[in-house]
Amino acid sequence: MKQTPRDIEESNRRISRRALFLGGAQVALMSVLALRMRYMQVEQADQFRLLAEENRINMRLIPPTRGLIFDRNGRVIAGNEQNYRVVLVREDVTDVDETLAAIARLVALGPDEVARAKTEIMRRSPFVPVTVAERLTWQQVAEIAVNAPALPGVTPEVGLSRHYPMEGDFAHVVGYVGPVSDYDLSKLEDPDPVLQIPRFQIGKNGVETKLEHDLRGKAGTKRIEVNAVGRVIRELDRIPGQEGTDIQLTVDAGLQNFMQARMEGESAGAVVVDVQNGDILGIASAPSFDPNKFVRGISVSDYRELTENIYRPLANKTVQGTYPPGSTFKMVTALAALEAGVISPEETVWCPGHFETAGRRFHCWKRGGHGHVNLNYSLQQSCDVYYYEVARRAGIEKMAEVARRLGLGERHDLPMSAVAGGLIPDKAWKRENRGEEWLVGDTLNAAIGQGFVLTSPMQLAVMTARLASGKAVSPRLIKSIDGIEQDIGEIPDLDINPTFLDYVRRGMFNVSNNKRGTAYSSRVDDDALILAGKTGTSQVRNITAAERARGVFRNSDLPWERRDHALFVCFAPYDKPRVAVSVIVEHGGGGSTAAAPIARDITLRALHDDLPPLTAYPAYQRNQIEERFQDLDLRSFEENVTGRSRA
Amino acid sequence: MSYLEHNLRTVPTGLRKVLYVNWALVLLLTAVASVGFMMLYSVAGGSFTPWAEPQMKRFVLGLVAMFIVAFVPIWFWRNVAAVAYLGSLLLLVAVELFGTVGMGAQRWIDLGFMMLQPSEVTKIAVVMILAAYYDWLDIEKVSKPLYVLIPLALILLPTAMVLKQPDLGTALLLMIGGGAVMLAAGVHWLYFGGVVAIGAGLVTGVFASRGTPWQFLKDYQYRRIDTFLDPASDPLGAGYHITQSKIALGSGGWSGRGFMQGTQSRLNFLPEKHTDFIFTTLAEEFGFVGGFSLLVLYALIILFCINSAMKNKDRFSSLLILGIATTFFLFFALNMSMVMGLAPVVGVPLPLVSYGGSAMLVLMAAFGLVQSAHIHRPRRL
Repeated sequence: MKQTPRDIEESNRRISRRALFLGGAQVALMSVLALRMRYMQVEQADQFRLLAEENRINMRLIPPTRGLIFDRNGRVIAGNEQNYRVVLVREDVTDVDETLAAIARLVALGPDEVARAKTEIMRRSPFVPVTVAERLTWQQVAEIAVNAPALPGVTPEVGLSRHYPMEGDFAHVVGYVGPVSDYDLSKLEDPDPVLQIPRFQIGKNGVETKLEHDLRGKAGTKRIEVNAVGRVIRELDRIPGQEGTDIQLTVDAGLQNFMQARMEGESAGAVVVDVQNGDILGIASAPSFDPNKFVRGISVSDYRELTENIYRPLANKTVQGTYPPGSTFKMVTALAALEAGVISPEETVWCPGHFETAGRRFHCWKRGGHGHVNLNYSLQQSCDVYYYEVARRAGIEKMAEVARRLGLGERHDLPMSAVAGGLIPDKAWKRENRGEEWLVGDTLNAAIGQGFVLTSPMQLAVMTARLASGKAVSPRLIKSIDGIEQDIGEIPDLDINPTFLDYVRRGMFNVSNNKRGTAYSSRVDDDALILAGKTGTSQVRNITAAERARGVFRNSDLPWERRDHALFVCFAPYDKPRVAVSVIVEHGGGGSTAAAPIARDITLRALHDDLPPLTAYPAYQRNQIEERFQDLDLRSFEENVTGRSRA
Repeated sequence: MSYLEHNLRTVPTGLRKVLYVNWALVLLLTAVASVGFMMLYSVAGGSFTPWAEPQMKRFVLGLVAMFIVAFVPIWFWRNVAAVAYLGSLLLLVAVELFGTVGMGAQRWIDLGFMMLQPSEVTKIAVVMILAAYYDWLDIEKVSKPLYVLIPLALILLPTAMVLKQPDLGTALLLMIGGGAVMLAAGVHWLYFGGVVAIGAGLVTGVFASRGTPWQFLKDYQYRRIDTFLDPASDPLGAGYHITQSKIALGSGGWSGRGFMQGTQSRLNFLPEKHTDFIFTTLAEEFGFVGGFSLLVLYALIILFCINSAMKNKDRFSSLLILGIATTFFLFFALNMSMVMGLAPVVGVPLPLVSYGGSAMLVLMAAFGLVQSAHIHRPRRL
């Protein structure tokens, strides 16, 4: 202790000065902190508050309920079904494997499904509910619920899922829905955010996809509070979305079911159109498939079965399939000739069984020939030579023009998938597409609906409707959207001389009602429901000279896929037409034997709104018809009028 | 009459010491600790477990420790300064050998009844040895180079060991805390100018050496500096802490979102919300008013200490108080700068508020020293 008191005084003063400096510096730094705090919490507070809100609030979409599709009488074609499923939350489960095994025992899950569920469970965050099993019966849900105490973390839930109560009846028309695929998303420029919801289903085919915009509705949103790892803490509020719009079709489900059942076992298509306004009352393609399988996710074996079936169940033969119309095209040729003034209705053409032009011989279906044939008789007998001759006179351009006026070769604006335009050839078309000049032979082929001519059953039905009504009706599938009747506007006149139309209609009357008509056996024996039609048999092969020589004409001798297509178009009742019908039976043989009986049944069903009365049939056929009707696998509609099901 | 005698005769004894305790300081410390209890209660979602209750027990334990230390005469503490210093060095060696690794650093020793962080003890021990050193040193020798090198070595030895752990925050605290004592002791300004220059050079060196095999810092420390300089560069990775902490703080606004209403902390967006980032919860829930109030409490503690140091005629006491006050200041200043985005995330707790045992105990013991110096200060009769 050498320090003197003076030294100590001096030292203390120095320490005090330095202490003041230190304290000052610290206070200064604290002021900086305070200023920074003030800057962040006062000046920038709003900005940070916003960031904090963004942090904690998450927007979740509420999937909208898809609009329903009804038939013209209000029967549900596409509805929403309550879908019971079992979800599992990993963090609440003690042993995932054991729990899954228990669920599999209760609701009969296969090992594949268990493995899929396991993968998804492990991939997701532990608090995310994962669907383990779907589409359970009430019984299965009850089993799960009863065993709930032994299955912590497992809960039954209910959601909505698309359901088609008519099963295959409308598969081609309405289509089906399926989960959004990456391909679907890639096609859209500005995808609706609702599409990002896992398992969200959109239309994949038919009306479901064409009217997707109306059916889907708008997603609602709910704001939920989440924590840092995304767990939902609570729901703050929700903005309800907009349910999908309901759609009513012009189709009659009862008729549709009858058509589908009537064509069972055939590869066929049929269309029924209201001749006055173009409403499609029935549009069936056989065989069909159950669209519900696609909604659930079709199995590979089921899908292969559909694609490998030679009857092509997935194809919509009514609008997508185009066929040579065969003799059903003869009305077009006849009208073309009448309009061109190259023949009068009573003028006859001599049919020796064949027709020679440009060194080629064109055959009539009747080898012996028809003799003297006028317009009416030519339709009744479907004489080919008559049409070769009048077509040669009228020319392809006139025929094509009339065909188009009747709605052939036109892609009708229908909300279905792959609607085909068919083909009405003319000189310009052949030059452009074949690089060849039009030949007279081409005209002759076209005259009897062969050669290049292609039409869909839909187009043939429209043609028949226009012939029957004299109005240029266009087919309509959508009756109303959201209860608002779709405007069809003023139906323009067909612009064909009514007298000419009358000649053609009378010819069609004779086809079905004259003893010598090609479809006389498919006549209607009820004066109020008289049917007028036209048969067609379209070749899918060329008859070689060798075959002709050997006389191989009988379709039953040929393999199925080489047999002729059978067609029939008709309208009824004759004096006051209401419906037009077209039927094609692929490789069915003759139009009179394969297609006309089906068309008659469908026509009568359409006019009668119930099973046709046996009295409408010729007496000798009634037993056979009654048996046939008894064999039909028709749907009972009583229990099916369900309302809107909501979760 | 020697100074010592003069001193001894005026020193309070027995229960009279209780009267001489700086009660205002005790009150301030309790106030700050109470803010801590409240926030720990809040971040636990309105529960005393798992944090608030143990913290309260520790504070009571800390108060007891403080009074025990306070009632022991200050010259005893001066005499054991060297022992304390050596002991803390031994602890640092021990942590190197037997320590537990936590958060990428070797910092803890398991004493059986508690986890001890030797670097906490070191902070106080360094201040003690330096204060004792300058108490012993002739005043005119203070700025002589040789006598400057000795305290420098005393500081740098533990600093190097702490850096090895690695614990950047403590190393910083040791250097600045020790430097403050040297400054207060009257070491010439030029030395500090030199240190600042060397420091600047070192920082340059740290950045220049990055990526080379002999880089100064560990990769994660570099990353912390990166994210400090630009938190937005990695908002969900290393910058997440800073970004979220700033959001919490800023969103508090003027008066906060209300007790237990802080969405950032309640929804777990805040990292380490009960330890290093507890200030953000306070700022979120009580806004600027709350944050500033805590700062004022801290400032009052500092001012009381400095006032006490200036009035104390005993060199050791003055320097000790100043050293401890500065260390305390560095704790909260660094922590607040960190959560406000003014300093990199260095892992310094908010003193007396953050959940943590050894920091609380050591700090309370250090305030015991401050109290002891205050009680046993030389007085005129």
